[in-house]
Amino acid sequence: MNAASVAPLAVILPFIGAALAFLFIRHPKAQRTVTISTLALTLCLEAFLLYSAWTQGVQAVTLGGWPPPFGISMVVDEFSSLMLVVSTTVSLAVLVYAAGQGMADGDEDGPVSIFHPTYMILVAGVSNAFLAGDLFNLYVGFEILLTASYVLMTLGGTGPRVRAGVTYVVVSVISSVLFLVSIAMIYAATGTINMADLALRLDALDPGTNMMLHLMLVVAFGIKAAMFPLSFWLPDSYPTAPAPVTAVFAGLLTKVGVYALVRTETLLFPGDRINSFLMVTALLTMVVGILGAIAQIDIKRMLSFTLVSHIGYMVFGLAMSSLLGLASTVYYVAHHITVQTSLFLVAGLIDRRGGTTNMDRLGGLARLSPLLAVLFFIPAMNLAGIPPFSGFLGKLGLLQAGVDLGTPLAYVLVAGGAATSLLTLLAMARVWNRAFWRTPEDAEHPDPVLVATTSDGSALRTSRLLTDQPSGRFSGKGVMDLLPRTMVGPTMALVAVGVALTLFAGPLFQLSGQAAGSMLERTPYIDAVLGPGAGAGAAPDAGAAP
Amino acid sequence: MTVNITLLVVMGTLFAVGVYLILERSLTRVMLGLMLITNGANLLILSTGGPAGLAPLFGKDIPPEAYNDPLPQALILTSIVISFAVTAFLLGIIYRSWVLSRQDEVQDDIEDRRVANQPSFDAEDDAEMPAETTEFIKAEAEESPGTPTSRAKGEE
Repeated sequence: MNAASVAPLAVILPFIGAALAFLFIRHPKAQRTVTISTLALTLCLEAFLLYSAWTQGVQAVTLGGWPPPFGISMVVDEFSSLMLVVSTTVSLAVLVYAAGQGMADGDEDGPVSIFHPTYMILVAGVSNAFLAGDLFNLYVGFEILLTASYVLMTLGGTGPRVRAGVTYVVVSVISSVLFLVSIAMIYAATGTINMADLALRLDALDPGTNMMLHLMLVVAFGIKAAMFPLSFWLPDSYPTAPAPVTAVFAGLLTKVGVYALVRTETLLFPGDRINSFLMVTALLTMVVGILGAIAQIDIKRMLSFTLVSHIGYMVFGLAMSSLLGLASTVYYVAHHITVQTSLFLVAGLIDRRGGTTNMDRLGGLARLSPLLAVLFFIPAMNLAGIPPFSGFLGKLGLLQAGVDLGTPLAYVLVAGGAATSLLTLLAMARVWNRAFWRTPEDAEHPDPVLVATTSDGSALRTSRLLTDQPSGRFSGKGVMDLLPRTMVGPTMALVAVGVALTLFAGPLFQLSGQAAGSMLERTPYIDAVLGPGAGAGAAPDAGAAP
Repeated sequence: MTVNITLLVVMGTLFAVGVYLILERSLTRVMLGLMLITNGANLLILSTGGPAGLAPLFGKDIPPEAYNDPLPQALILTSIVISFAVTAFLLGIIYRSWVLSRQDEVQDDIEDRRVANQPSFDAEDDAEMPAETTEFIKAEAEESPGTPTSRAKGEE
């Protein structure tokens, strides 16, 4: 009996929450209560899992009593439990934000009532993917979260969302089929799909076959993680979805892909055979992504491009295949999930307060709402990697790992990483200057409502005085609270979590180092699944020695 | 390991036709292509189970080699269910796309095409008439001066 035996509850609880939310589909208040409390309960459970993984190392549970490698196993190690805790914290904040948006607008009927159950299914899929101990269960986890995300992406079924949804669904299905084909080939080559068992058997394969299976998995996960050149779909599809949906997608979905990549590189296919390939991809992902971000006028699209760009940092650390590099990747993933999600939540607030996220129309938001300005400023600086924020610490670790490696390619990557950080700062400063700092009249296409509210000196919190305009975004709607506490509260909480990642960077880096150490060593994972001593034959990954 | 050549040829055909259809611009064909590719993948999983054998129901006198490998079949079942759900969803989206814009084609992302020259026209705020939200497209609405396309052309 170990702590991991409660791990399946991290998947089951959100499913129960989803079922109850379907039951209460006509009672928005009950629906909100059920989903938020289930998610909070899941978070407590996952915090316990993290604690036990931190103190006792890797643990595994086999479902249904079938002995591994035949049964489905779930593995709780430092990395997966950290991902669980961070992802559920972020999902909880976004859920409260979305519920707050529904409450503030009073439109709780129609397609919005489907939001809560679908959202819970998404969380269950993410948890399943993080816990999966065999490849097919990982595939099922991916499919659960993807199917939920198709529904969330096209919520309401408006023209732009259907257009974006088609791209998203087709690309996701193709990546899933690639993943399925790789699973079939891996099964044909080794006769198992249990990841711990595979770690032992893949080493014995012919190097050519091994490389082909490896690359197929990298391509399948690369599409999901939005690695260049497989990232084109992301900025096309994410910005059109509702703000909370984009926020949770940006935070979680690509990171599940990164998580799967890390597992592939460390557990299944150790060694540095494709490290230079990964370094080039990381460099291109960072640089091309951030150049795309600078060209954008829309804040949400700009943020989507920075999301792609910063995936490059995670691949960077992975490609180093050293303890410091992998530890920094683990820390960077946790940092990026929190910060990117809070930026998208703030973009949702900007959309609500300023009526648009188009930077040509925005202006004067800092004067109109200083709180909003602070909420944007902190995560923006955090993302750009300004000291002393967590983004700086993560990037510092990555650059250090690059310098430690010392090859010419690694130095190019270090230079590219530093340049990307500066260009991120430039992109963020553009938003700050245009949307927050200048007066609304200076905008290329001033927004009439923004100009009116700023000139008469009344920082209106509600749309009450604006409804008399014949057209425009408030016509025909009731009085709306433009910055409701129920939406600002969760955003503030998430920004605070981002700052807390800086304050508790010491213990967190220690945890990331421990996670990276046990992943590179490989034996703890294999022993936990297959029984003590089973992993003795597995060679540790290249950089396992400290 | 023996290879079933019929299965291999069928699988290859499914993948080839599927890839061809996915490259089309019509959404219905893309969906059909995805279905074919998924089924090709299912056949691939089936063929990983080796040659056909007995149904995996346990009997005392049957040697273990005589059974068929049950795992690939379990994987295929799961995969069929998933592709069924995704196909149903895609059909729903395609129908919605047809209802909204009367077209069954992959549409370009407008933002992609004029990312450097993005108009700041806001259909909701700047239109002289309130935006038309009905599902039925009126022919004259496309010609009226306030719509985004004509304004964007005017700016160029």
